[in-house]
Amino acid sequence: MKFGVRRPLLAAAVALAFAFPAASMAADTIKLGVAGPHSGDLASYGLPTINAAKLVVAEVNARGGVNGMQVELLIEDDVCKPEVATNTATKLVSDGAHVVLGHICSGATKAALPIYKDAGVVVMSPSATNPALTQSGDYPNFFRTIAADDAQAQAEVDYALNVLGLKKIAVIHDKGDYGKGLAEFAKVFIEQSGKGEVVLYEGVTPGAVDYSAVVQKVKRSGAEAVIFGGYHPEASKIVTMMRKKRMNTQFISDDGVKDDTFIKVAGKHAEGVYATGPQDNSANPISVAAIAAHKTTYGTDPGAFYENAYSAAQALLNAIEQADSTDFDAVTKALRTTKTDTPVGNINFDERGDAVGVGFAMYQVRDGQFVEAK
Amino acid sequence: MDYFIELLFSGLTRGSIYALIALGYTMVYGIIGLINFAHGEIYMIGAFTSFVVATVLSIYGFPLLAIIVLAGVCAAIWSSAYGYTIEKMAYKPLRHAPRLSPLISAIGMSIFLQNYVLLAQTSDFLPFPELIPDFAFMEPYAHIVGSSDLMILVTTAVVMVALTILIKFTRIGKAMRATAQDRTMAMLVGINVDRIISATFIIGSSLAAIGGLLIASHIGQINFYIGFLAGIKAFTAAVLGGIGSIPGAVIGSLILGLTESFATGYISSDYEDVFAFSLLVLILIFKPSGILGKAETKKV
Repeated sequence: MKFGVRRPLLAAAVALAFAFPAASMAADTIKLGVAGPHSGDLASYGLPTINAAKLVVAEVNARGGVNGMQVELLIEDDVCKPEVATNTATKLVSDGAHVVLGHICSGATKAALPIYKDAGVVVMSPSATNPALTQSGDYPNFFRTIAADDAQAQAEVDYALNVLGLKKIAVIHDKGDYGKGLAEFAKVFIEQSGKGEVVLYEGVTPGAVDYSAVVQKVKRSGAEAVIFGGYHPEASKIVTMMRKKRMNTQFISDDGVKDDTFIKVAGKHAEGVYATGPQDNSANPISVAAIAAHKTTYGTDPGAFYENAYSAAQALLNAIEQADSTDFDAVTKALRTTKTDTPVGNINFDERGDAVGVGFAMYQVRDGQFVEAK
Repeated sequence: MDYFIELLFSGLTRGSIYALIALGYTMVYGIIGLINFAHGEIYMIGAFTSFVVATVLSIYGFPLLAIIVLAGVCAAIWSSAYGYTIEKMAYKPLRHAPRLSPLISAIGMSIFLQNYVLLAQTSDFLPFPELIPDFAFMEPYAHIVGSSDLMILVTTAVVMVALTILIKFTRIGKAMRATAQDRTMAMLVGINVDRIISATFIIGSSLAAIGGLLIASHIGQINFYIGFLAGIKAFTAAVLGGIGSIPGAVIGSLILGLTESFATGYISSDYEDVFAFSLLVLILIFKPSGILGKAETKKV
């Protein structure tokens, strides 16, 4: 055990978590590595993952472990730094970690992944959102329980093409990092899908007094829908202008628009507008229970990525249980094929390693409120 | 062709919006040779005042026409009070200081007013009520030009004509022209120069307030920062047309609005500012005093 517990508050939890492994140390154990920033500036992103792992492990061990084997935690700090993360990974591999929950930061994760890959260790991050981690195909050992940065654009495009069945899309953005980044992803996804075409791709100046010229251009392009990347002030101006010009073009936007101010400002013109937003887990009993467990054990509300980490720990242990082995091929196959009930939903993983169904949901303004559009 | 007409109207609307603000810049510059950078904030305060008045009156169920008129009058009075006070506080003490000092003072005033409204009101966008209804007779043309666009076009035209008459044919207009030509000489022939300057600020601020009302109603939202970009564009338009000239401000604004609109329509809205400012540079190279500006011969 390489970490010291200073706060008496944690003592009870740790005693709970390690009571069982201590009793059965002689038998084989499943070693679950936990890596992330546990000290330094970004510790607040990494520490909730330790809490989540401890709670999940305590629960699994209490009901007899994974296929009769107790689960043991190996916790290592990477301070969110790529150069430290390689050492962290080497340490975990040489300590015999079977699977790793982490890392937290995308940069550190990317640096550590080749080491785990060579050692045949499955890694699952609750928080690394860099799209290339899964999409590059370089890391077959990598999984994550959080949506990638481009997931929002993907969700918008999927909805427009597959659910609404639209073909001609105008992509507009506000020239900002967030809006333009999203719009670029959306454009690429539409073109790759082969189901629709981008009839217009334009940036507008935020704060301009009037967007009628660009709205005329949308009309002329014959677009059936506008996908807008940006924030609500511009979105409400563009929507209002489209409706004033008697256009009924669909308007699909992002979580920068999924804000009550948008509805307040755009008023009746906001009706029917679509916007993606983070999925709502508050109705999921597992999520409620996981948060309640944190409150009882640690006395505080859970921190960043807690639910994602809780889900990742559950998914990893369930996969080992289903595979009845810690063999790399068996575990990855189980992660892809069997579903696990977690706080972020009943999930499995796609070929690339992204959790299916995790991330963004589509909402629509109906009667002055954002409601989830199925 | 339809597309061309649509872009033409959207450019004219945008230009008229700039013109309502640019008139204030150009009047103040014409009289005291100062670029009043706080003018964009006067416009923003006008929009906020009409927002407050219109909200209160609509709670009491006043008819729409009464709301527009009362909100416009209140906004004009309130903004004039600000314009008058700004001149007395920030510019008058610096009237004989080097030319740069009142300019810095104006920028300071602009920052002060933005932050004052930010603290006193909110940093959020506020929904501005649609004060200009959709006229029934405009319905067949609604896809080309909206009712609020039409209202802005008409108001700008009326204001420009009224202002020209005021300056050309009234006593105060004559006094304004005299002050603009030679302040010392005007004082010698018995014109109260301070009062004329105050009057200029009051008229300019009222116009900005009416602009604030119309534009906020057209866009449907306001916040403390709207004056900045609108002010910069209107200032550009005033320089383009020849700062100090009233028809020049309107012509410059319309040219700027049309350039932006056609650049967006036929090329890309990514480049609308590039075209607008390239045009400004070109005109200033070939005609440094702007389209209708008089070459400055006097030393200030």
